[in-house]
Amino acid sequence: MATAPSVQPGSARAPRRGTILVATAVMAAALAVAPLLNVYPVFLMKALCFALFACAFNLLIGFGGLLSFGHAMFLGTAGYVCAHAAKEWGWPPEAAILAGTVAATLLGVITGALAIRRQGIYFAMITLALAQMIFFFYLQTPFTHGEDGIQSVPRGKMFGFIDLSNTLVMYYVVLVIFLAAFLFIYRVVHSPFGQVLKAIRENEPRAISLGYDAERYKLLAFILSAGLSGLAGATKAIVFQLASLTDAHWTMSGEVVLMTLLGGMGTIFGPVVGAFAIVGLESYLASFGQWVTVITGGIFVVCVLAFRRGIVGEIGAWWASRK
Amino acid sequence: MGLPDEATRRHPAHPPVTEIFGIPVQALFGQLLIGLINGAFYAMLSLGLAVIFGLLNIINFTHGAQYMMGAFCAWFLLERWGVGYWWSLLLAPLLVGVTGVVVERTMLSRLYKLDHLYGLLLTFGLALVVQGVFTNYYGSSGQPYRLPEEFIGSFNLGFMFLPKYRAWVIVASLIVCLGTWFVIERTKLGAYLRAATENPTLVQAFGINVPRMITLTYGFGVGLAALAGVMAAPIYQVSPQMGANLIIVVFAVVVIGGMGSILGAILTGFGLGIVEGLTKVFYPEASNTVIFVIMVLVLLVKPAGLFGKEH
Repeated sequence: MATAPSVQPGSARAPRRGTILVATAVMAAALAVAPLLNVYPVFLMKALCFALFACAFNLLIGFGGLLSFGHAMFLGTAGYVCAHAAKEWGWPPEAAILAGTVAATLLGVITGALAIRRQGIYFAMITLALAQMIFFFYLQTPFTHGEDGIQSVPRGKMFGFIDLSNTLVMYYVVLVIFLAAFLFIYRVVHSPFGQVLKAIRENEPRAISLGYDAERYKLLAFILSAGLSGLAGATKAIVFQLASLTDAHWTMSGEVVLMTLLGGMGTIFGPVVGAFAIVGLESYLASFGQWVTVITGGIFVVCVLAFRRGIVGEIGAWWASRK
Repeated sequence: MGLPDEATRRHPAHPPVTEIFGIPVQALFGQLLIGLINGAFYAMLSLGLAVIFGLLNIINFTHGAQYMMGAFCAWFLLERWGVGYWWSLLLAPLLVGVTGVVVERTMLSRLYKLDHLYGLLLTFGLALVVQGVFTNYYGSSGQPYRLPEEFIGSFNLGFMFLPKYRAWVIVASLIVCLGTWFVIERTKLGAYLRAATENPTLVQAFGINVPRMITLTYGFGVGLAALAGVMAAPIYQVSPQMGANLIIVVFAVVVIGGMGSILGAILTGFGLGIVEGLTKVFYPEASNTVIFVIMVLVLLVKPAGLFGKEH
């Protein structure tokens, strides 16, 4: 059987390094001034958490070619562990976030080792099933408080002096976490590790014949992606002072796929754009109830049929064709 | 909708047998029966997935939604036009199958040259659309489907009462599964189908219209899901979410069985249903997750699945 061709057309022509750095600086500046321009900080924090989640997911699909349909398990796990640590054990926020991230990473080690035993469609089904198993666990285990979730999680003081109960302070902490993770992902993608990962995505047998241990690279990518998703989930739990089943449900796994697909799989900025677009759309359409699901599904269909490069991918292709 | 009528109330989600607590044997057989019924649905749904996957190389995420559409179709036919169960068994799969044909012609057929994952993403989006639309109109609560009169009552087997309808579901699903197996493995049409799975270009060169065969296969798989939905309607409540969680379990069933063989899909479906039923007796806390745990074990021991072929 021939290997599957590249999943995403977005990264066919990668933009130059300088362009990306300039764009990152512009993005950081825009996000830094956004709350001063009367953009609702809670909306921005939600979008940033999802942007980080989508970037972590994109590391796996966009650069590793692995479609996980169970990433909600990392978001949900980290949220629960972080909320539990902050509320029940009284840990400071930085330690609670770290605990959540570590928990998601460990879960990533186990689930990743299982899931990479199969490829393509099976990989997607296995991750989905594993996430559903984790979801049922959280539904039944007492520490998550079932349908109620862990509520009124204290935000506390980060490092003992940064008071997170101030929304604006919280926002800038989230922004710093997001930018640090974003730059980390950029670094990973452009490291030798990232190059080997792309080689495996393009042609696994050839990468193996060149002496690369494909399984190990895929597993490491999976763990990194899980851990970063966990960072997003833990931060989200502190921001919203809540960890609930919603974050662990399969619809959340679908949502992050959609954000990445809409923004552009395999592009650096695509997931960020996609996350802002979807979170914006959802808060805009909040009063329409179930129609949001219909519209979400519709965007999926349109993206797959006519818009596979996503927003950033299309812009990149248009830019490249101009020259 | 009004309250469940006489017939449905006599056949709630749990059969009367489990109500007699303290007598493990009867509880055991009761759960075994539930397991067998669930297994019948796992088998029919994973069979449809396997048939579609064989020819289209697409995992049909809409399968759960199409199962739900089948159940709703039967409910509509009965409530709006008074069309009974037997006609629904024929009409619902046909109608839902036709929507499948339309989906295949207008959307899926554009994706065959791309990575198979796009098919998964497309059908996932479609499932969201279908479920969202139905939830909008019918909410999350279920609609009861009246049991046809000929199925009211149960057989006394001595050690337990077997409701007639449940007996029928087991028998009918076995007939459907084995019928599908027979058509695919033992008839000329099935031979074409299997040949097209192996090498579509060559089969087309022999003058067989492969694209049409692909369309009809998808329609058939979808119809199979709808048929399962009709059969499920009198047992479970007809609700927009009825397929969503089921399909994830069926995915796990498919991973466990591997999609290499039709008989494998059937056996795995029934087997896992029974295992799940037994878990409800011995360790109820794990009954939701047991199939996923088995999936993990199978992945560790035999990654290609129990009946799968290693590539």
